[in-house]
Amino acid sequence: MNNEIREMFPTLKTTVYKKQLVYLDNGATTHKPNTVINAVKNFYEKQNSNVHRGVHYLSMQATDKFEESRLAVAKFINSQAKEVVFTKGATESINLVANSFLSLKAKLGDTILISSMEHHANIVPYQQIAKRLNLKIDVIPLNSDGTLNLEEAFKMLAKKPVLLAISHISNVLSVINPVKKLISYAKKNQTAVLIDGCQATAHCKIDVKDLDCDFYVASGHKMFAPTGVGFLYGKYDLLEEMPVYQTGGDVIETVSFQDSTFVKAPYKFEAGTPNIAGVIGLKAAIDFINDITLDEIQSYEAKLTNYLQEKSNANTMLKMYVKKLETPILSFTFGNIHPHDIGSILDSEAIAIRAGHHCAMPLMSVLNVNSLARASLCFYNTFDEIDKLFNALNYVKKVFKC
Amino acid sequence: MLSNLYQEMILDHNNNPRNQGQLVNNTHTKIGHNPLCGDKIEVFLIVENEIIKDIKYASSGCAISTASASIMSLIAKGKSIQHIKELKDKIHKVFLKGVTSLSQEEIDSLPPKILALEGVSNFPARVKCASLAWHTLDCAFENNNQAYTDE
Repeated sequence: MNNEIREMFPTLKTTVYKKQLVYLDNGATTHKPNTVINAVKNFYEKQNSNVHRGVHYLSMQATDKFEESRLAVAKFINSQAKEVVFTKGATESINLVANSFLSLKAKLGDTILISSMEHHANIVPYQQIAKRLNLKIDVIPLNSDGTLNLEEAFKMLAKKPVLLAISHISNVLSVINPVKKLISYAKKNQTAVLIDGCQATAHCKIDVKDLDCDFYVASGHKMFAPTGVGFLYGKYDLLEEMPVYQTGGDVIETVSFQDSTFVKAPYKFEAGTPNIAGVIGLKAAIDFINDITLDEIQSYEAKLTNYLQEKSNANTMLKMYVKKLETPILSFTFGNIHPHDIGSILDSEAIAIRAGHHCAMPLMSVLNVNSLARASLCFYNTFDEIDKLFNALNYVKKVFKC
Repeated sequence: MLSNLYQEMILDHNNNPRNQGQLVNNTHTKIGHNPLCGDKIEVFLIVENEIIKDIKYASSGCAISTASASIMSLIAKGKSIQHIKELKDKIHKVFLKGVTSLSQEEIDSLPPKILALEGVSNFPARVKCASLAWHTLDCAFENNNQAYTDE
């Protein structure tokens, strides 16, 4: 199955320094299959037009395609189409919630609860609004094995924060947070919940109805779609109640020079011409995932995860920061060698990994490191590529003479 | 190409960085950051009559940035600010474009140690690692409270 799939990703055939590319940076962004590239190309070649306003043929077609994508996202996460807002990515989705939802619901002194393993995108927007509205930010700690401290989380939720914002899967630690449990507990305390699904949508089934979260955000480019497109799922009543975020064209009902009225959600949150080709590409990416099926993806990735764990456990110089990998994301240090040096040496072997703070500087200080090396895999990666990673780590050892 | 980057001298300076530490009675100090990779350095100077009498630094970062800071401290000690400012521009050119971008006269004026870092010119992503220490030193001469941030 794997070879057939790899064939569909042109960039995976790239050679780097005359060596076959080994791409292990899927946590940063995934490659795009032919179907996604063709969908974008086809739009610009045959359908290019603006959406939601034209009476001409192309514009109507573009609008239909755009709305088909909304339906595709909705089915993918088990929501209604009108609960899906297109954004330029998870970051914009979170900024929208931080500004619009919190300005509606948060009262002076309220708390926003996040976790220690959040990405900057799920921290900084709240800090900004907290300064403006005089809110506090509380942080759920980790257990020593790198998982979320659920006991502490429940204690903190009992204090009725206005919002719990937490990642579904950690981009550093690989752990899958028990979001369903957290949500059901949060609901008892009237706390709204935002789930950052950036690392989840390409790897496991998302069912927002079953989760019962208020918001779910994701970026298209981490799930085989183009960059610059993502979505915000929000419960419809909540979206309707929330004030507009960015304004301009497309979101208005009537405008005079002094005031405006706005259309209904989700459109009231989509000011300006959207990334139409990106949105259409996102549907192609979802179709692609659905064709393979998330069951297949999950069962194959579980094998990759086990193999990564096995190889890591056997390597005495490699230190992991979570006891048990739950998804194929391996963040590590290697002896005293700085992650950037590891990254450069692996790069010379055509192996692409990430080195740095992974947009999670607060987590780095919790883990007491300045930076980490990270190999993040997805279903087009192979066991052979994991072997190549570990062989290259031996080479790193050699270069540093340790 | 990679062996060019991680030369013996770089590994040596990375393993045993020279002049690391702080100068409590410093006349000049500056913090430098590279937010992209989290590298950080704080440079301490004792300057008398425009001469760098002593230099120390506290840094955390990769082998390239550590070695560069260490080599810089050896080069800067005892030199005039003016001399270091002129040298810094040439050194930055070496990091960016390699030694061949300099005239023979310029090459002759370079402290030979710096050539150990010439390899970074083949690794554009690593140029900032090598230049952070030098940029921070340059900013330290201005003696204001603003940290240097590489952008």
